[in-house]
Amino acid sequence: MDYEKLGLKMGLEIHQQLNTSQKLFCPCPCELQDKKPEYKLMRTLRPTQSELGMIDRAAYEESRRKLQFTYEAYKHDTCLVESDEEPPHPLNSEALEIALILSSLLNMAVVDEFHTMRKQVIDGSNTGGFQRTGLVATDGYMDTEYGRVKIENLCLEEDAARRIGQKKGHVVFRLDRLGIPLVEITTDPSMKHPEQVRDVAYQIGQVLRSTKVKRGLGTIRQDLNISISEGARVEIKGVQDLDLMPTMVENEVTRQIKLIEIRDELQRRNAEVMDEIYDVKELFQGTESKIISKALENGSVLAIKFKGFAGLIGVEVQPGRRFGTELAGYAKKMGVSGLFHTDELPAYGITQEEVESVRTFLDLQEEDAFILVADEDEKARNALLEVIRRAKTAIIGVPEETRKARDDANTEYLRPLPTASRMYVETDIPLQIIDRDYLEEIKSNLPELPDDKEARIIKEYSLSQDLAHQLVRRNRADDFEEVMASTDVDSTTVASTFAYTLKELKRDGKDISKLDIGCLKNTFNMVSDGKITKEAVQEVLIGVCDGEPSPEEAAKNLNLVMLSENDVEKIIAQIVSSNAKMVEERGIGAMGPLMGMAMKQLKGKADGKLVNKLLRDKLQS
Amino acid sequence: MSYNGVAKQFLESQGISVGDTIRVTKEEISYEGMLLDRAEDADDKHLVLKLPSGYNVGVGIDGAEVELIQRGEKPKIELPPLEVEPDNKKQDISIISTGGTVASVIDYKTGAVHPAFTADDLLRATPELADHANIRGEAILNILSENMKPDYWIKSARSVADEITGGADGVVIAHGTDTMHYTAAALSFMLDTQVPVVITGAQRSSDRPSSDAFWNLMASVAAAKSDVAEVTVCMHATEDDSYAYLHRGTKVRKMHTSRRDTFRSINTQPIAKIQENRVKIQPNVDYKKRGEGEVELRDELEENVAFIKSYPGISGDIIDYHLDKGYRGIVLEGTGLGHCPDYLIPSVERATDSGVPVVMSSQCLYGRVNMNVYSTGRRLVSAGVISAGDMLPETAYVKLIWALGQTDKLEEVKSIMQTNLRGEMEVLSSRDYFLL
Repeated sequence: MDYEKLGLKMGLEIHQQLNTSQKLFCPCPCELQDKKPEYKLMRTLRPTQSELGMIDRAAYEESRRKLQFTYEAYKHDTCLVESDEEPPHPLNSEALEIALILSSLLNMAVVDEFHTMRKQVIDGSNTGGFQRTGLVATDGYMDTEYGRVKIENLCLEEDAARRIGQKKGHVVFRLDRLGIPLVEITTDPSMKHPEQVRDVAYQIGQVLRSTKVKRGLGTIRQDLNISISEGARVEIKGVQDLDLMPTMVENEVTRQIKLIEIRDELQRRNAEVMDEIYDVKELFQGTESKIISKALENGSVLAIKFKGFAGLIGVEVQPGRRFGTELAGYAKKMGVSGLFHTDELPAYGITQEEVESVRTFLDLQEEDAFILVADEDEKARNALLEVIRRAKTAIIGVPEETRKARDDANTEYLRPLPTASRMYVETDIPLQIIDRDYLEEIKSNLPELPDDKEARIIKEYSLSQDLAHQLVRRNRADDFEEVMASTDVDSTTVASTFAYTLKELKRDGKDISKLDIGCLKNTFNMVSDGKITKEAVQEVLIGVCDGEPSPEEAAKNLNLVMLSENDVEKIIAQIVSSNAKMVEERGIGAMGPLMGMAMKQLKGKADGKLVNKLLRDKLQS
Repeated sequence: MSYNGVAKQFLESQGISVGDTIRVTKEEISYEGMLLDRAEDADDKHLVLKLPSGYNVGVGIDGAEVELIQRGEKPKIELPPLEVEPDNKKQDISIISTGGTVASVIDYKTGAVHPAFTADDLLRATPELADHANIRGEAILNILSENMKPDYWIKSARSVADEITGGADGVVIAHGTDTMHYTAAALSFMLDTQVPVVITGAQRSSDRPSSDAFWNLMASVAAAKSDVAEVTVCMHATEDDSYAYLHRGTKVRKMHTSRRDTFRSINTQPIAKIQENRVKIQPNVDYKKRGEGEVELRDELEENVAFIKSYPGISGDIIDYHLDKGYRGIVLEGTGLGHCPDYLIPSVERATDSGVPVVMSSQCLYGRVNMNVYSTGRRLVSAGVISAGDMLPETAYVKLIWALGQTDKLEEVKSIMQTNLRGEMEVLSSRDYFLL
């Protein structure tokens, strides 16, 4: 695909959870809870006006769904702030500091005064009906091999509640995630190549990981803004896999091209979307379609009429997804399970006769199409209103939308693009002046970026690239350097303990939180003092995990303290004498098997080199 | 414009006012956006801009150059007007607005939530009310309820009476929550009503999607249409948007600074539960039923009543001070069963001797005053102290203000204070009345 000719433009929006000890506006822990919720709340939301007197269209659409929300909460891990029963506490200064560090690393201009805003979101993911967010910095940049990319904004905001599921019109959320500090970093929409997007995402990831951010699944979320000249701006939410990005871009561009082709054809045919919604229940008495017969009992079967749409609803716009799927996406937002359209009928138990009767009833010409929805009356009507709205835009072009990334690199409709009118000021939080001296202090103490750090420790400690990479990736490089400063154990041993041993212990279910930096220092100091062998390090650490009060105690109680040369010599003498026959037959050739026996007996208690020397001396004497 | 000092001068010298789109250029950055008003309590060194992204940002004036991009109007919040034809089949409900969170929006002067809505705005913001009743709105005050005073109770009571006389089948009063229970008690004593008078409010301001304002208002309209012809408070019963409680106006108190279910019935139980516009009277509850006849208004009040809390270390001077200042009545919020330090007794005696009633309530809130158990109590009774029984201290205070408005005679005041007039005193203490 010739992206340049198509005028492809992309921008990135990255959300990263910060690893602070408290939430952004309350003292609750920033951890997700696995335990059973301790109580539940049931709430509803309605949109309000912004300070400019406008209602946000995304918020308005959500409100038409009349949803009820259930919030799962805890008595001590969440508080009244998350449940919207108490005003927010003052802004978490630890989070603000991380945001300032990130802004400086991204060459951004920090605002003079931070204003907390309310971004209206009434899908229930925020108990207040808005997300608190504030602009920290603007106008930064990042250099890539495809050129410089502008970093437009960095915002500090609170994470939304965690969506658990949906039952009977209730969407269920859990409050544990609500309020965890997030930074949102947005680039300008100037990127022209998918590879460049991947590169920028990678580099921003590097910057993020040089500061106190959370690691692991769900702690970082990437959204992609994408448009082509003739198309429209679309925001794709939740792009998890960076490697999937090029395919996702291709699929979205394809979708927009196809929608433009459909538009051209619709315009050529003078197509028209009719506003009237028809009740066609009567035409389906005795139908074999399960969905429709259910609706006949306690709902409605409604139809709308599209002039000149025949054949186009079935056109594939993304691999495996048709224009009809797009329309269905809008209908589903109103709570129906889907719709039927003429290009796929007869099917799903709907017969040719029934199709014909609807066509006759609606007075359709050959080029016309109809859409059917069968559900509770209000839901079905709202669904068709949405379908009508979407179909009308199809005649004009590609609609601006927020879409959700699917695992198959396709996207599906989520909601209209939010507008600036969803932002208004959070009156419960005083504005915060960013002290310039404090900012200068931050700028002069910026952390090292992960790639730089990796290169430096390879050089400084003669580490292999793999070890250095693991240390940096696991956020252990600082600990490694601290231990290296106080011990003369070789760097590879120390590094591999941090990079691999700890991971293995954790995997084996050991409580490695007991292995703090002091404990590790003491352990390695015992090695450099000749008290234990390098080989004994792992066992000493296991001992501490299992409850030994200190590495010293662990070494003693686990019988790992090194033997004196004298004691080692005695043991070797004993091994030689009990294998006298072999020694007699093979002479120095018995070295191999005897060494094996000695090491087995002395493992962890004597240095291998010493054993080797003493055994050789003994055999040669 | 609420810019002050340096910022004000700066803007005036540039001929720029709130609502204009401007560009502010500084050494390393420039911002373009709409100039917004600034909180009055903030400094005079920054301008507030709304950027096209919707974010507000404060820009320091120091070293900044400003350029006018486009003149603009100061942003105004306005809701579309609502034209609803009265429907004969529906009841007529009046909504009287006094201000408070339930009727408030963001104030760009202070940056805080401020009462600004009229009753009509309230209706525009909650058009679904019109499905349930013919709504008439009237704003009589626009204050936060901490600024309420007995004068305003009179004004409110008269408005309610006017609405009822004018044919309202029920009245809803939008009120700030802080002193809602004082107003509820005041209206209870001042009005003899044959239709429901329901006071409601909000703990979350109506400028947020999670506001309880609309929900409480809906439940209150249902209550105003009901059979309960008393002055009541209608608010969230729980933290859920599930059902509301209708509390007797003399037995209700704000018990939490911020929760939705802050109002609780004390020493009694709620009269009714309201769920999805249905009013369900609670078991074992007596209430006054809707009836025929005129509304009666007895709105004489004596404002000079002191409300004094007893505490370890309190000095008799406090009582003496009020007597010297000419206060006409004193409500004590005593400890436990209704006590204050025994060294206060001479001052209390001085009060009753000079014809100033002293009423004893309890800061325990739950339970009733009984001054016969301990010697201090008995000495207080001998000194002429009137027991408030199980009345809330706030209700006792309001009732004394009202009682002194009705009569000058100490014996009559005493009799009024000890007679149950509006359900303010329960005879029976049920186990179920504690910490509902």
